[in-house]
Formats: sequence, structure tokens, C-alpha cells
Amino acid sequence: MTPELGHFALILAFVTALMQGVLPLIGAQRRRTQWIALARPAAQTHFLLLAFSFACLAQSFLANDFSVAYVAQNSNTQLPAIYRFAAVWGGHEGSLLLWVLMLSGWGAAVSVTSRQLPEVMVARVLAVLGLVSIGMLAFILFTSNPFARLLPAAAEGRDLNPLLQDPGLVFHPPMLYMGYVGFAVAFAFAVAALISGRLDAAWARWSRPWTTAAWCFLTIGIAMGSWWAYYELGWGGWWFWDPVENASFMPWLAGTALIHSLAITEKRGAFKNWTVLLAIAAFSLSLLGTFLVRSGVLTSVHAFASDPSRGVFILILLGVVIGSSLTLFAWRAPRVSAGGAFALVSRETMLLINNVLLVVATGSVLLGTLYPLLIDALGLGKLSVGPPYFNTVFVPVMVPLLLLIAVGPLARWKHADLRDMARRLRLSFVLALLAGIILPQLMGRWTPMTALGCLLAVWIASSTVFQIVERLKIGGGNAPASFWGMHLAHFGIAVFVLGVTLVGGYQEEKDVRMQTGDVVSVGGYQLRLLGISAAPGPNYRASVGEFELSKNGRVLKTLHPEKRQYFSSQMPMTEAAIDAGLTRDIYVSLGEPLDQQGAWSVRVYFKPFVDWIWGGCLLMAAGGFLAVLDRRYRLRVKVAASVPASATA
Amino acid sequence: MKRFLLPLAAFAVLVGFLAIGLTRDPRDVPSPLVGKPAPAFTLPQLHDAGKSFSAADMKGRVWLLNVWASWCVACREEHPVLVEFARTGQVPIIGLDYKDKVADARQWLDKLGNPYTLTAVDADGRVGIDYGVYGVPETYVIDKQGIIRMKHTGPITPESLNKKILPLVAELSR
Repeated sequence: MTPELGHFALILAFVTALMQGVLPLIGAQRRRTQWIALARPAAQTHFLLLAFSFACLAQSFLANDFSVAYVAQNSNTQLPAIYRFAAVWGGHEGSLLLWVLMLSGWGAAVSVTSRQLPEVMVARVLAVLGLVSIGMLAFILFTSNPFARLLPAAAEGRDLNPLLQDPGLVFHPPMLYMGYVGFAVAFAFAVAALISGRLDAAWARWSRPWTTAAWCFLTIGIAMGSWWAYYELGWGGWWFWDPVENASFMPWLAGTALIHSLAITEKRGAFKNWTVLLAIAAFSLSLLGTFLVRSGVLTSVHAFASDPSRGVFILILLGVVIGSSLTLFAWRAPRVSAGGAFALVSRETMLLINNVLLVVATGSVLLGTLYPLLIDALGLGKLSVGPPYFNTVFVPVMVPLLLLIAVGPLARWKHADLRDMARRLRLSFVLALLAGIILPQLMGRWTPMTALGCLLAVWIASSTVFQIVERLKIGGGNAPASFWGMHLAHFGIAVFVLGVTLVGGYQEEKDVRMQTGDVVSVGGYQLRLLGISAAPGPNYRASVGEFELSKNGRVLKTLHPEKRQYFSSQMPMTEAAIDAGLTRDIYVSLGEPLDQQGAWSVRVYFKPFVDWIWGGCLLMAAGGFLAVLDRRYRLRVKVAASVPASATA
Repeated sequence: MKRFLLPLAAFAVLVGFLAIGLTRDPRDVPSPLVGKPAPAFTLPQLHDAGKSFSAADMKGRVWLLNVWASWCVACREEHPVLVEFARTGQVPIIGLDYKDKVADARQWLDKLGNPYTLTAVDADGRVGIDYGVYGVPETYVIDKQGIIRMKHTGPITPESLNKKILPLVAELSR
């Protein structure tokens, strides 16, 4: 019964999406007040129906209803309850349902918090979101129904993929999807503005908080995915340039460019076309990411999620959504006026360079990700593109970008005084140089790359701090939230860069054969294997190692890495044990048993400052959320009334 | 106007490539073993551990070597296709039970049907390494002289069976 209710709610949601997507749009064109007024209630009903449908699916999982095919494929009676809930989005159908639920959630949020916007604008924005929802719901209902029954019912479920049975995976996909899908709001604002022909400062101001919020969720989502890969895959790496990682990273890069470009459009009315194009691009890359993950055109560690037959449908959806919005762009953009003029040295120029570099970075990641597919499609053979390509191409683009982070916020709009900026950066420059010389020495070894990393991190961090100090001197109490948000996010980047540099330059790795009593040293720490014993789990059996961590003869801790064998899939899983710290992680993971004497292969890592990577990401996201809270986004827009007169369409 | 059409044009090219990409299988990597003699092996049989099977026993016949395991999810997808095909008796299918437990494997075949003429047990995966197995299931078509003529990676579908494997088998059997 519950699955049928869920299915029914899903169909009703499809119908409300049709209403939300079509009527307000026509209403806005023809000035029919009632049709325009339909947008908000439709968006809210749409969300409630999908939430109900999602709850029904969750209930089927919690109740172990194996007569639902999707539940039987992704759950098991032995699976702990929290993972049974997380298993709702553990497979293809459920993760799509989560996707549209998030989309409708963003739509409902827009409908509730947009009282200060013109009704016509709200109607168009919600309609565009409705149209996207129609496409996704058609995909779900016609090809990937999560409520399809399995008759006769399975006696036992096949179990959730063991890789996904992890606390990190409970939150990683929802966060990631919040970000992915959140760019739909920026996209909807852009398309609505294109339809109305009013690309103006007001439009940019309305888009900004939504774009930033989506970006924050995406930042957290990617960071969680990276953290999960670090402790769950057992290789101790935090980024693999895997196609699916790239799929989430490309919208992030485009979204970062969009955030900065929106700032110019809001403050100076410039780069309007460019900003619209970026808004379309950020969401398009989110859709492309969904396509790459769901269709299986690329091989990746996430390949368990793929099914080529469904790829065709997403490709059509991709073509319709992006194709129509780019057509709209080509039609409307030529009539948009250029913004105000600006000098060569100005905040505008800085942000323009930021945008160019970020777009180049996005393009190079896109090229690297799709290159195997392009070569195969051209019949030129099979190949894969790995970290060497990405590191070679990506790092040179990032270095100037990181250098500019310190400079950009100092520049004034329109025309900046180069001398004044140089004076204010003097101290940061000295500190950064010193850091580049001294910090690597302190860590034990000077190399050009670590010196560069330390230099950049200190350059950004110190200039950020000095700018805050300057502001406090002239009365920082009235500084807007977005001021603090920006600097917090920039500071987060400094933390991130330092983490990446130090872990890349100074990590130690040992791959050894160990028997009970053996000791291995890494990074000045000693690890003694006390023994390996068998331990039962709820749906797996594990071999648990006991390691004693000590430094200079002082025992610090015992660590318990596990090797798990899940009953249902027989898949061996590595659970690394990590002693995390502010300045270093000690990371132990069990390899394979080697012989009858009880010897195991053991991997031990010393990872200096690795947690700064994710700490930096959290700071960036926190900065973003702070900026969203800025009061001026919530003010009723007085200029709105005067906008039509000055509109450029 | 023209330059504003550029994004659309670039996107159209991208969609074209993605569409072609959909028709390809990224896991389908050409095997260097095609055209080379099948690596020799002698392994115990699944249903009678006392007896052994070696690749040389099949000399003079065209046969399929299908690598599978009870823990492999994709094998479940492929299995009904194999069972159906085995009924036609066109060509012997030898199973290679890869890194699996004998009891699990037997139970699996009891439950889902046994399409194999016989199954050899490669418990530690050594033979799998010789054959370059990197994903289960995989299937090799081996000719009368013991030369590998084709390798199919991933589950066999009715389509790949009829369009790729059977025509080759018919040609080799002539």
C-alpha cells in the first residue's frame, strides 16, 4: 500500500509540475494575474507531494518491504536502520527521487522567501524550475520508477553496496545534490531574466544569495566526498581526478566564477551576458555530471551506479534543457547593453581575470574528463586520462588565481590606485616570501613546489587578515555580512592550499608485511601490531587489527583498522584507522593476509596537515553562508519600481 | 548575433559526442591475448574436486571460457542468457569460478541453473591473472587450435551473443 501511495504522489507531483511549469509562464507573458498567482502554491504543493513520496520510499526501506524491487536491490534485513534510511538514495532510482525532491525544495524556498520580488519574476523563476522538474519526473516515472513491485517478493534483500555503508555516505549525496540542484535556481533566475529581457542589477542581486547558498552546499558535498574517499578507500588519497569527482568539481568551478561575476553585474551592471551564460553553464555542468554518473559512459569508482539504457533519456533531457536555454541566450543576448566602462586597473578587471582563469580551469577539467570518450567516439582507440594531466594543466591556472585573491578585494571599482594597493600589500608580500623560504625548512626539506604553496597560503591569509584589520580601524562594526563572508571564504582557501601543499610534500607512506609484535616507524611515530582478531558485525565479519601508536616511547593510543567481508556481496572492505590531529594524521589500513603465520600486509601513512584540506573547505562554505545572510538581500527592493523604466531590453 | 550562437554550437558538438559515447562500452578494452594461445592451466572441478580440468582437454573443439563468481552481481544478469544458450548445445561453455568459495558457487548454480559443461575452480585467482581478468564476468572464445579469438568483457547480453559471439563460433566451427 505504502509504495502505491508514494507512486501516486509522484504522479501527482508530475501533474503539479506541469501546472507550475506552464501556466505561470503563459500568465507572465499575457499578464494574467491569476495564472501568475498560481506559481507559489503550485511550487509548494509540488514540494509537499515529493516529500510525501520520498517518505513512502523511506518507509518501505525501514519496513524491509522486499516486494519493492528497488528496496530488494539496495537493502537487507541485517542492514542497520540508519543505513536502511540512507539506502533510499543508495541506488539509481532513489537518488533521482532525492534529486527532484531537492529541486522542489529549492523551488518551495524561493516561493516562500521571495516576497520582495516582483510577482512576474517569481512566476517565471518558479515556472522554469517546474519545467526542469517535469523533465526529471518524466525520467523517473517512465524509466526509473523506485516503487516498481517485485512479485513474488524477495525473501531477503541484496544489501546496500558496502562502500556506501558509511556515515560519510549518509550525508555526502544529499549535500552534493543540494549544491548541484541549487544551481537550478540561479539558472531559473537567468532564464527568467532572459525571457523578460530585463538583465539588470536587480536580477543579479536576487540571484546572488541563491547561487552562493548552492555553492556552499556543493563545497561541503565535495569536501565530504573527498574525506570519505580518504578514510574509506584505504589508499589515503583525498582527490583522484575520477570522472565522477570531476563531474561535481566542474559545476563548482563554474559556480565560483558565477559568484564573482554576479558581483560585477550587481554593483556595476557590467558583464550581464557573461553572467547569464555562466549561470546556464553552472547548471548545465550539474546536469552533465548527472548524465556522466548515471549513464556509465565513463568508467569510474562510482560505476556501480550506471546503466547505459537510461543514458539516452538523460541525454535528451540535457539537450532540451541546455539547448533551449542557449537558444534563448543567442536570441536575447545581442540586445543587452554593455555595462559601465572601467579602467585597466580596477576591481572589474580583477574579477574578469578571476572569471577567465576559472573558466579555463573548468574547460581543462571538462576536456580531461571527456577526452577518453571523444577519442573512443572518433575511433582512435582507448585511453584514460589521469592525475598527471590534471595536475599539469590545473596547477598553472590556479597559481595566478591564488595570487590574485589577495589583490582583488583591495582594488576599487572602476579605477583602482596601483600604488595604494602595492602599499597595502607590502607586508603580506614580505611575510609570504619569508613563509616560502622558512616553512618548508621547518617541515624538513625545501622544494620549489612546497615553497610556492606556503608562499601562496601565507600571501592570501595575511592579506585577508590585514584587510579585516584595516576595516576594523575605520569602524568594522558596520561591515556587512558579505564582507566577513568573503574574507572568511578566502581565508579558507589559504588553509586549504597549505593543507594540500604540506600533505603533498611531506607525507610518508609505508607498505609493509607485519606480524604480531612487529613495529613500523613513520613520521617519527612508531606503530606496533598487537594482534589481529576476528570480530562479527551486523552484516559482515571483520578482521580487526590492534595497533599501538607511540612517539619516543610514550604510548599515545591504540588504533583498530578493519578488513570487512560483507555477507551478501562478499566484497572485502577496508576500514582505515586514523589518529587525526591538527598537524598530522596517522593512518593505518589492513591489506591482505599474507600467510598461515598470521602476517598481513599493512599500509601506514603519515599525513601532515591533511585535515586542513577539509577544514579549509568548511571555512569557504561558512564564509558563503555568512554572505548569504547579508541584510541587503532581504531588503524590499525600492529600486524595483524604477527598474522597468531603466531596463535595457 | 553570430557570436552568441557559439555556446549553442559548442554544446551541440558535445551532445553529438556524448550520443556516440553512449553506444560504446568503456569497459570493452581490447585484450592483448586475442590471437595468442590460451594460457594453459589445470584446476580442480567444482562438482568433483577429485577430477581436474585443463585447457588442453579442449583441443580440437571450439569452446567458451566464462569467468564468473557467486559474489558477482553482474553475473546474475548474464546467467539466464547463458542458461538459455546452453540448452541449444551449440558450443561447450566452461566456467571459471574466480576467487570464490566452492560451497557458495555450488549453491549459486543449484539455485539459478547450471549452463556449464563443467566448472573449474580458480580459488586464488592465479589463472585469472594469466588471462588478464580484470572484471567479472568475462568470456573468451577459444578455437580448435587453442587460440583465443575473442574476449568479451562484462555480462553477455542476448544482443552480444547473437551479433558477436555466435557468428564467430559458427565461423570457427567450420
